[in-house]
Amino acid sequence: MAALNGDVLLQVKDLRISFGTYAGEVQAIRGASFDLRHSETLAIVGESGSGKSVAARSIMRLNPEANTMVRGGEILFEGRDILKLNEKQMQRIRGPKIAMVFQDPMTSLDPTMRIGRQIEESLKKHLGMSGRRARERAIELLNLVGIPHAEARVRQYPHQFSGGMRQRVVIAIALSCDPQILIADEPTTALDVTIQAQILELLRELQERIGTSIILITHDLGVVASTAHRIAVMYGGKIVETGTLREIFYNPQMPYTWGLLASIPLPTADRSQELIPIPGSPPSALDPPKGCPFTARCPYAMQICADEMPEYTPFSEEHRAACWLHHQMAPNVEPPARIGGTR
Amino acid sequence: MLRYVARRLVIMFVTLFVIITVTFFISKMLPGTPFADDKLTPESRRILYEKYGLDEPLIVQYGKYMLQVVQGNLGNSFYFESRPVTQIILEQAPVSAFIGVQAVIMGLIPGLIFGVAAALRHNSVLDYTATAVAVAGISVPSFVLAPIMQYWIGYKWQLLPIAFFESWAHSIMPSAALAVFVVAIVARYIRAEMLEVLAQDYITLAKAKGLSYMAVVIRHVLRNSLIPLVTVLLPLIVGLVTGSIVIEQIFAIPGIGDLFVRSIQVNDYATILGTTIFFSAFFILAFLVQDILYAIIDPRIRVAGGEG
Amino acid sequence: METRQRPLTPELFKPVGEDYRDNERIAGPSIGFWRDSWYRLRKNKAALVGLVVIVALIAVAYVSPLFSPYTPYAQDMTQTYLNPSGKHLMGTDNFGRDMFVRVWEGMRVSLYIALLAAFFDLAIGVPFGAVSGLLGGRVDGVMQRIIEILNGIPNLVVAILVMVVLDPGILTISVAIGVAGWTSMARIIRGRVLQLRDQEFTLASRSLGAGRRRLLVKHLLPNSLGLIIITLMLTIPSAIFYEAVLSFIGLGIQVPKASLGSLINDGYPQLKFHSYLLWFPAGVFSLLMLSFNLLADGLRDALDPRMRR
Repeated sequence: MAALNGDVLLQVKDLRISFGTYAGEVQAIRGASFDLRHSETLAIVGESGSGKSVAARSIMRLNPEANTMVRGGEILFEGRDILKLNEKQMQRIRGPKIAMVFQDPMTSLDPTMRIGRQIEESLKKHLGMSGRRARERAIELLNLVGIPHAEARVRQYPHQFSGGMRQRVVIAIALSCDPQILIADEPTTALDVTIQAQILELLRELQERIGTSIILITHDLGVVASTAHRIAVMYGGKIVETGTLREIFYNPQMPYTWGLLASIPLPTADRSQELIPIPGSPPSALDPPKGCPFTARCPYAMQICADEMPEYTPFSEEHRAACWLHHQMAPNVEPPARIGGTR
Repeated sequence: MLRYVARRLVIMFVTLFVIITVTFFISKMLPGTPFADDKLTPESRRILYEKYGLDEPLIVQYGKYMLQVVQGNLGNSFYFESRPVTQIILEQAPVSAFIGVQAVIMGLIPGLIFGVAAALRHNSVLDYTATAVAVAGISVPSFVLAPIMQYWIGYKWQLLPIAFFESWAHSIMPSAALAVFVVAIVARYIRAEMLEVLAQDYITLAKAKGLSYMAVVIRHVLRNSLIPLVTVLLPLIVGLVTGSIVIEQIFAIPGIGDLFVRSIQVNDYATILGTTIFFSAFFILAFLVQDILYAIIDPRIRVAGGEG
Repeated sequence: METRQRPLTPELFKPVGEDYRDNERIAGPSIGFWRDSWYRLRKNKAALVGLVVIVALIAVAYVSPLFSPYTPYAQDMTQTYLNPSGKHLMGTDNFGRDMFVRVWEGMRVSLYIALLAAFFDLAIGVPFGAVSGLLGGRVDGVMQRIIEILNGIPNLVVAILVMVVLDPGILTISVAIGVAGWTSMARIIRGRVLQLRDQEFTLASRSLGAGRRRLLVKHLLPNSLGLIIITLMLTIPSAIFYEAVLSFIGLGIQVPKASLGSLINDGYPQLKFHSYLLWFPAGVFSLLMLSFNLLADGLRDALDPRMRR
């Protein structure tokens, strides 16, 4: 994997997003901060309901307008706060600067429009390409993402493509205007494992070739291990730990991260060892807990955890975690033996 | 594709056959007789019965009738001086058709506009009013609407003629009364369809491409919403056919609906049968056209080659 | 970074008490399907208005005659064609009958017919559709053909034909409308049964040994209940409408009995000089239809599980 490049491309600062529903205010993100550097892949890992998808959509401002409330924070890109831009300005960013790949390839494409045209829409609008040039470029892009017989396929409809192929098309659309940032929201969750590997390989190749930064949203640590440079772990609407790939996998500092790593079945384990899930379920977003969101499920939880949200403790330039266990007054705790160092 | 159409045609004919049979026997069960005129002596009545073959056993009558129908002859009307039913139908059907088609034209555009606007401004005042108007349009039946129109537009304000069918101006109010129904159904439908499409993933993707709102709406939302509009075709036609029965009574229009009603009132078997067959055939044909249209327009069905 | 509100004590770093633990605690009360739907219905103002109006109309229709000195059939030839006034809230007709009580009588009759028709609709349509969907195969095929054939004739035509064959009367009208309309209920139920049949809970139930009858009664029908209610809500105004059309043609309720449809029919020729004879029954009629349609729409939205936010 490429070395880390120091420049920060995107900065999310203390983001707070809520949704108004008939049941009340759902606080999806409660103060999340992370940044994205040039040519790197940042993985945001978390369970369903942790707020990671909302974070992705917030960067693109694709949340449903009607009931989305920005409760605070900034998203800094190219010297401006994305949250403060108007729709016209956002339209200039979406596509040429920041692009997105969605989770379900079966529903991501317009079923009544030919594939070629769906790619060309972007090209024509943002790059001002003529019909012929756009068609040529569309074919180039299909080739780039590994779709055979691109010239013929460009005239076909989405239902004539398999799931994996459709996802490649979606990636082609996303890359069509050479964006600086590609946000992939669980791009492989809906696909078979073998196809999954292909798509991830494709993303990695493209990053090396073109240099796009990728934000990879996923709940699957296996996916992360093969593609990410840095990882941000999200829980209960907050980022609880961030670090480089090695740091998170080999030296995790937060019980939730321990739990995530411990729950991965090891291929070397034998049948005498039980799987270790994390008991319980995520906290309610309608009525979020006062303190650390992981308190209720944490085997090391202390009274202070329930009362207050811990601050971040830095462990290295990149590595930090928010946990009371690192406070000087906390007891010394060793992470479970299964993780860290045994890989 | 061709096999699909052929199969549907066969079913269509079978259905028509059964309908004709059933209607035949039902019409024989009608109370009263076709020649109830008191002035007729039993003797003349007997002669008339013989003339129209009404004295023969039912089965024989049925057989003869079916034979006739296959040849395109729907018999002769008792009431309308022995004129061939087919002829009468062909005279009066175009009138109903004209008013109906005009109603669709009058109603389609406003309906689409209302529905699209309501969907794009979901949960706004516009949406609520449009929905309310649409529900009202479906609820207030033509025979309430029509007299209202007659009273105000025709009588009080003297804008349009109230009844009969002597000029194009005469057709405006009847068509308008029917058009209300069209507007309501189209608006409701397109609104519901658009709301569903707007919630789809591919619309979010289109937005993620940085396309303008207009582009997303026109190129993606509308195309996907309009295609299923053909499914609204059938309820529309039903409404128009049903509506015409009433409208023609109210506005004294000499159309098919009026023919049907009058033939029932005077027990004119042949005409009752004839008009029912006509309605049914038209209806079934509409079914078929709808299915074919749908298969043609939806690329998913079209490209795959249609049903086997 | 918040400023410390209270000093940190070693106490706070002891393990947290059991009540903060969350082993398999389910966040939030689980609201049943029906309560959630009722809640959503209540939020739909239009549907609520519809419901309130229906209840109000029914209340007036059954209660008001008790307060009136007139009956729907009492004629008084000295009081014919009176305009609406304090004595006769809706005026009188050509036989001197008080229109107010007559209109409400008409509404009662119309509702009664509609409910009867809906009942027939239910009684024929639901079993037909359920059996058709459940059994599938050849039986389904045959039953579907029957429906197709019946559908080939416009509903109104069927109703009229049935009416003409039988003697006019409340029961026959209801039968006629029910016979004409059950096909849509059957189709809907069949569609639902097919949908449910393929779902995994059915498979699970069968693998536990559930027979067809048990399947039908305990699983398929309760899950179709929502759909049945919605369809019923729509067939009622539809039936009222058909009854009115039948009356309009002269096949409906015969004088001196009254239904909203027959009253409208009677009032129509009087449009020029005694228009109130038309407006009142037509107004009540439209109000009734509108309310049922709004309620049905609201129910459809409320009972649709996809719309849970």
